[in-house]
Amino acid sequence: MAYNLKEVAKKPERMTGGHRMCAGCGAPVIVRQILRALKPEDHAVIGSATGCLEVCTFIYPYTSWKDSFVHNAFENSGATVSGAEAAYIAMKRRGKVKEETKFIAFGGDGGTYDIGLQSLSGAMERGHDMVYVCYDNGAYMNTGIQRSSATPKYADTTTSPAGKVIPGKQQWRKDLTEIMVNHNIPYAAQTAAIGNMKDLYEKAEKAIYTKGPCFLNVLAPCPRGWQYNTPDLMEINKLAVESCFWPLYEVENGKYTVTYKPKSKIPVKDFLKAQGRFKHLFKAGNEGLLEEIQIEVDKRWEALLKKAGE
Amino acid sequence: MAIRERMSGNEAIAVAMKQINPDVVAAFPITPSTEVPQYFSQFVADGSVNTEFVAVESEHSAMSACVGASAAGARAMTATSANGLALMWEVLYIAAASRLPIVLACVNRTLSGPLNIHNDHSDSMGARDSGWIQMYSENNQEAYDNTLMANRIAEHPEVLLPVMVCQDGFITSHAIENIELLEDDKVTAFVGEYSPEEYLLDKENPIAVGPLDHFTYCFEHKRQQAEAMIQAKKVVLQVSEEFAKLTGRKYSLFEEYKTEDAEVCMVVLNSTAGTAKYVVDQMRAEGKKVGMIKPRLFRPFPVDEITAALSRFKAVAVMDKADSFNAAGGPLFTDVSSAMFAKGVFGPKMINYIYGLGGRDVKATDLELVYNELLKIASTGKVDSVYNYLGVRE
Repeated sequence: MAYNLKEVAKKPERMTGGHRMCAGCGAPVIVRQILRALKPEDHAVIGSATGCLEVCTFIYPYTSWKDSFVHNAFENSGATVSGAEAAYIAMKRRGKVKEETKFIAFGGDGGTYDIGLQSLSGAMERGHDMVYVCYDNGAYMNTGIQRSSATPKYADTTTSPAGKVIPGKQQWRKDLTEIMVNHNIPYAAQTAAIGNMKDLYEKAEKAIYTKGPCFLNVLAPCPRGWQYNTPDLMEINKLAVESCFWPLYEVENGKYTVTYKPKSKIPVKDFLKAQGRFKHLFKAGNEGLLEEIQIEVDKRWEALLKKAGE
Repeated sequence: MAIRERMSGNEAIAVAMKQINPDVVAAFPITPSTEVPQYFSQFVADGSVNTEFVAVESEHSAMSACVGASAAGARAMTATSANGLALMWEVLYIAAASRLPIVLACVNRTLSGPLNIHNDHSDSMGARDSGWIQMYSENNQEAYDNTLMANRIAEHPEVLLPVMVCQDGFITSHAIENIELLEDDKVTAFVGEYSPEEYLLDKENPIAVGPLDHFTYCFEHKRQQAEAMIQAKKVVLQVSEEFAKLTGRKYSLFEEYKTEDAEVCMVVLNSTAGTAKYVVDQMRAEGKKVGMIKPRLFRPFPVDEITAALSRFKAVAVMDKADSFNAAGGPLFTDVSSAMFAKGVFGPKMINYIYGLGGRDVKATDLELVYNELLKIASTGKVDSVYNYLGVRE
């Protein structure tokens, strides 16, 4: 059946309103859309690393989660959900559980690229039938916008501040999606909530219903960390994709497919300019830094096209 | 009829786990507990259990996976030692606070640093405030028996706390001794089915585990956790009594050895209690009134019972195979002496020995020195030094 946002949005919410995520945050939009990809009849066990998503959706005695939910610690969402999945296999084998159950682990970039990388790698390598979703907002937002290995170069964060001498974070982003692809898992994809969110929905559906370990890396703009006006969320997403800063692609059993190719790639400075964390780059004398970022984005985009045979 | 066998402490634990046939075992190798997941994965490979064995990439993930599995509704077990237990640290607290009845075989080993693979109790002693029930075992038989009882204690509705079964690395984990095993069907009947009230995999009643718990409720949850630990003592005794009916092997909160008319007493955990029994016998033959108490249950700490037992002696030496580095005494000593004070038991003179750190051999002659010092204190009423190191070059 062809994707239809109106139809998909009619599905009952599996993550209810009333949670405390900020207005204009990308994460709840992503999570709700991913959960819409679950078949209504399937139960889900959802895990989350410590982070904004967890502390805003499950404050005792309230929970936003209609499915079963488990939070353990910051760095172990992968291992925790892998344990729940192992329990499911054992209990199903013993006839103690009958229902079809899906396993989804969430983590921010801090809990995924950094402190939780080992736990994620282990869970993927062991082949658990689960999806790991990284909502990548490019810094430790929950603790107050500290740099992570997902923070873009030259971004101003509270531990990579743009100062008089050093213009923000000094390193390029870690390419986590590529690291996960190299675990040779059946399905890994990079996506974002753009347009009618078809790309996100279809990748979520594939990830959830492909047997084995699957990984989604989803861009999740943060109005506080990125410093944009909250109503601009969808515009920021669009600029990230149209500039090829955040390419949309998937790797299915090793085969790369670029799922969205901008008709005309926009300069990355259009994406950067919309965010306060890069404002120092637009001061006179920093043109070279912008140029450096453009070269890197182009290089990574070309490399991706090559892998996809384009 | 019980099965007479001979095996190491590690194999005994693994056999107990095989007979329990838990839903999930998640483990990572570390000396000297490595053999436990080794034996167990062989049982899985041979189809003698139908457990889901998760060969994780670290102990942190082992405990994390156990938390996920247990919250999902599974009976989950693991094994570790030393740095492995330390790597689990964060999640040990979460397991206990989430009231998940996970069972862990702790094969005691010196916690780094320096790096040392031999036995002392610095690993499990460090975890004494993590909210886990801790049981200590003198030999392979006790390690086996305690493991068979552990799930029952952990899963009891008034408890719902994780249990750590400790034994001495290499000394009992690798030494082969005689053992009496129960028949598989008897274990199955004794341990029973695990049917949690609420669990993640219950589609009809989905739950959420591991909230952000602010000051509005967290304190009450901690109080409930403390209450569970208070109730655990009673449950340990109930389960032990049932086990005694089944096997004839009687276990209590601690074992007393030749204490009836003893003037002095040593309090000592795990395998060194075996050496102490030998020394007691030797010294008794010389007419010296010495006895020994071996705590089995360290968490919860049986304050009433142990102080009542110790009140009869003139002098008591508490033996610690771990130091608290508080410049005052090891963890067992601190607990025993504060219990004595709190209960108003001021009769016995109390001294502490730190012994066997890093696996230093503890000989009968070492323990004899301790008893002789106690006898001297008993006759003079004078204590020269409370906090002592035994058998160290200095």
